Amino acid sequence: MSATIISLPDQSTARIPKTNFITKENGLLSWLLTGDHKRIAILYLISITFFFFIGGALAGLIRLELLTPQSDLMATDTYNKVFTMHGVVMIFLFLVPSVPATLGNFFIPMMIGAKDLALPKINLLSWYLYVAGGILVIYTMVSGGVDTGWTFTTPLSTHYVNTNVMSTGMAVFIAGFSSIFTGLNFIVTLHKMRCPGMTWFRLPLFCWAHYAASILMVLGTPVLAIAIVLLALERTIGIGVFDPTKGGDPLLFQHLFWFYSHPAVYIMILPGMGVISETVSTFSRKRVFGYTAVAFSSVAIAVFGFFVWAHHMFIMGISNYAMLVFSLLTMLVAVPSAIKIFNWTFTLYKGSITFETPMLYSFGFMGLFTIGGMTGVFLGTSGTDIHLTETYFIVAHFHFVMVGGMLMAFLAGIHFWWPKMTGRMYPEKISQLAAVVTFIGFNLTFFPQFILGTLGMPRRYAAYPPEFQILNVFSTAGATVLGVGYLLPVIYLVWSLKYGEIAGNNPWQATGLEWQTQSPPLTENFLVTPIMDHEAYDYEWLEKQNAKEVASVG
Amino acid sequence: MNEISPVLWQFLVKWMTNFALFPPEASKIAPEMDALYFFMVLVSIIGLTIVILLVVSFSILYSKERHPVAVQIEGSTLLEATWTIIPLGLFLIMFVWGALLYFRIYTPPANAMNIYVVGKQWMWKAEHPGGQHEINSLHVPTGQPVQLTMISQDVFHSFSIPAFRVKREVIPGRYTTVWFEATTPGTYHLFCTQYCGTNHSQMIGDVVVLAPDDFKKWLESSTSGDSLAQNGERLFASLSCVACHNARPDSRGPSLANVYGSKLTLSTGQTITADDAYLRESILNPSQHTTQGYAPIMPTYQGQISEEGVIALVEYIKHLDSDYRIQQTTNTTDLLPESEGTAAGRKPAGQQPSPQGKVNP
Amino acid sequence: MSDSPAIAHGAPTEAGHSHGEHPAYQRHHFETVEQQADATNFAMWLFLLTEIMFFGGLFTAYLILRNWYYPAFVAASHQLNVGWGTANTAVLITSSFTMAMGVWCSEMRNKSGLVLSLVLTFILGLVFLGIKSIEYHEKWEKHHIPGMHYSMQNFTDPQSDPETYNEYHDKPMALDMARHTELYFFLYFAMTGMHAVHMIIGIAILGFMVFRAKAGAYTTGHVTFVENFGLYWHFVDIIWIFLFPLLYLISRHQ
Repeated sequence: MSATIISLPDQSTARIPKTNFITKENGLLSWLLTGDHKRIAILYLISITFFFFIGGALAGLIRLELLTPQSDLMATDTYNKVFTMHGVVMIFLFLVPSVPATLGNFFIPMMIGAKDLALPKINLLSWYLYVAGGILVIYTMVSGGVDTGWTFTTPLSTHYVNTNVMSTGMAVFIAGFSSIFTGLNFIVTLHKMRCPGMTWFRLPLFCWAHYAASILMVLGTPVLAIAIVLLALERTIGIGVFDPTKGGDPLLFQHLFWFYSHPAVYIMILPGMGVISETVSTFSRKRVFGYTAVAFSSVAIAVFGFFVWAHHMFIMGISNYAMLVFSLLTMLVAVPSAIKIFNWTFTLYKGSITFETPMLYSFGFMGLFTIGGMTGVFLGTSGTDIHLTETYFIVAHFHFVMVGGMLMAFLAGIHFWWPKMTGRMYPEKISQLAAVVTFIGFNLTFFPQFILGTLGMPRRYAAYPPEFQILNVFSTAGATVLGVGYLLPVIYLVWSLKYGEIAGNNPWQATGLEWQTQSPPLTENFLVTPIMDHEAYDYEWLEKQNAKEVASVG
Repeated sequence: MNEISPVLWQFLVKWMTNFALFPPEASKIAPEMDALYFFMVLVSIIGLTIVILLVVSFSILYSKERHPVAVQIEGSTLLEATWTIIPLGLFLIMFVWGALLYFRIYTPPANAMNIYVVGKQWMWKAEHPGGQHEINSLHVPTGQPVQLTMISQDVFHSFSIPAFRVKREVIPGRYTTVWFEATTPGTYHLFCTQYCGTNHSQMIGDVVVLAPDDFKKWLESSTSGDSLAQNGERLFASLSCVACHNARPDSRGPSLANVYGSKLTLSTGQTITADDAYLRESILNPSQHTTQGYAPIMPTYQGQISEEGVIALVEYIKHLDSDYRIQQTTNTTDLLPESEGTAAGRKPAGQQPSPQGKVNP
Repeated sequence: MSDSPAIAHGAPTEAGHSHGEHPAYQRHHFETVEQQADATNFAMWLFLLTEIMFFGGLFTAYLILRNWYYPAFVAASHQLNVGWGTANTAVLITSSFTMAMGVWCSEMRNKSGLVLSLVLTFILGLVFLGIKSIEYHEKWEKHHIPGMHYSMQNFTDPQSDPETYNEYHDKPMALDMARHTELYFFLYFAMTGMHAVHMIIGIAILGFMVFRAKAGAYTTGHVTFVENFGLYWHFVDIIWIFLFPLLYLISRHQ
């Protein structure tokens, strides 16, 4: 693929702008007490990468243990702690904040022509809450871990384990408020800080996706918070709310927990979908097909997402009527995601397509999310859910959507906006290689798990019957390839900070107000408040803009 | 396929079953579930193929070298409608099909043979009505619907037999049921699939399916003595249930003969069917389940009886078909009600009259 | 290269401007004070929405458990002193009134009125907490705090508590239903306790506000802080207005 849209300034004369948000102030305190959304985004980026690799190491341990049918690498109790911590770290400390807290924080104000988010201090508070949650998780790991599974099922977590449920619960509680404040900030910003001319339907779809995810964050996370409070009270003083012998009901915890945790998965995926809208548009040089449909489908996913939680409870004894309602709504929530996939596909139609790294990750997303999403329908169908639930089919399903979907979208976004954030380009060839390696490794790791699940292999098993071994070995082999695929970006992205080519303002020739500023941007983003006088993804406007610039500079 | 190459086909089937890509179908419902499963696999493959084909062909046809200038297209309501309605239609078909399957699996037929299962960290205890007890295994006959009535002694577990395509959560505090009809003799996996602590992965066992004659033989050879109902009768006496539920005209508690399955009116005015769950609840939380016309004086047995004990009592009550039978229980104990003739002797309004029935225990 | 100008059609806002162009309390990322007031007000409403979802979980648990164990809930609620509860309700409603007066004074730039209103609200808040602690203490003495020392005696043998018995003449309750009174008290402490936590936070902020108000911070036209805090205070009041009938007045109509 020799064709590329990358347009960099002349490297012999190009320089990183002397005044930018990084050089504006120096010293650790200027970063730790900043109100600048871009600096906070970088703080988040560093912290979530740190936790991602902890979660990844835990995943490696899981796959190593599962190479053999016996529980021989580590004690069963240890394995139980490893998979619990893997879930807690990956979900609460990586996936939930990943795109919103890094790319969302950095770019939403710029995309709408604002100087910052509406509440910069709350933004910084969000980061500190996140770090506090992270420190508590590390404390939990260091002091022996917790082995309830990230789902904290009662009464196991309230009366039957003596591991660190309380500190983990507190960590999740605090990190939850980090999420709530981020979402709150985004909603207020999108409502009140748009520049003149920026109507709702001129917003980049990235903003729509974050708006939908923020609604979920704001309305759903508090319910998790109260579920954890009740869990803590039950565990410490024995209030009885989840204890059948005292008249309570363990199923109540399930309802409260899943009321958040289902919307949580949409909190995790919607921002990623926002990234894909941006990359597919830029690398096809075309407006996203069906802008309105994609925008409304994000909101539809958010709204419907609140009403499907009991599909995690189909076999737990809910009534037939409840099953009908939740299964039907689950089918309804699957449709907007399908709509998006088709819209992105048709954005390619009659476009002018190039295959830089963000686009490769985007293609990976589209394929893998389609598989992940459709296997979700297998599970939303109550009849088949009976056979497939609580097995590796579920594990495969959620890894396809979260890792094959969300993580790929995150990497697409990081690569896409790297030049804007740092002023430097990443090395294209090795990054494309990493994308392909990740894709192959991912499929090898997780596809066999669908088969394992259909065979009946339960999840959270440290030991398994021998006939499941071959597929587990494939899965572990894939995991090593996947690990390489994730290590490479860390290496070359850090390398590019010093040695990458200077990117200039708009190396991708993308639309979007953020690309109209210098790279890295100024602290106040814009010297002059922009006025939005064109539609989103208006490539014709961009051409006219470039022509004007060439004319005026000369 | 057979016609093309029987050798190849046999090899494929053998390889697939040995390599374990798909679980065996050993129950009546399994092929029905597999039909829906394969329908979904087909739809997924078709959907994925469409997406991949479109993406790949567009990428080739409209790559930058081939198609340097993009054509700005707003959208197409027709296309949007198409790819909204078709997936929705397919999903709704799956919804209905799946819901019907779900109802089938969780609604046991009336002639199902009942086996009780108690799950606890970290083992399964199966109790046949004839008194056969099994740990981490379950013997069932072919050709006979079997209903499992399950409860946990501690945390959430989940009883799963992949070969039968059935699975049900086993929770503390209430019974859950599932049923199946085994078709093929053999030994199949039984798993606990809800994470329940340290030895969750050790909570596995075997489901042994036997032909009806072999099953009868197994029943006879494994009985430990008393049937569940007989154990229940002993408990009914030793826990002083006979003190009030002694089927005399002046008894303080209603006669339990033929109460199982009957419609009862409670003192709250509600009418319920006295099923396993109701019987269990009346033993553990009696004041909320008092029959109309009786005072709420029954003490609770919470904490004094294990889940197996409750199961034994429930089995006993299920087999109570006459007041005479109850009197037999009373006569075999030394416990007699203290205050004869003082408590109201009328037939309470909420209970249907119990017929003087057969004598068999 | 050097900075490329953003789309240059809008009103220029240079980096190094003099502070005469906008009030001192306008943050730099807002274009106008109105935008700032609007945004922060909206943010507070959204935050209150999250609080509703937070309390919602407890209300859900209450709904379910009261439905299942109504007799236990009725008997247990008789243990609460409706007098204190009514007093507290009156105290909170009055404090909402004084808070609203505070917002009015801030808008009218009436510094002494504002300080007085804030101080009154502060005192009323403390009175509320004082009454609550009297009630909690009573629960402690009667062993009605859920947990290891919980006692059901007052329900299985109502005459052991002559004060309540003389008022309500409850019948003795069977043990298995009496057990469920512990669930009522858990809800009582969780809901009023969570409410009290929010009150404490509010009172602390009020204390801070009194000092700032004395220094004139809220009477220069910058009313948003007082306004938004007022919203928070009214919200905490409304939660109590729901808690009071649900916890204290369960069977009053009978």
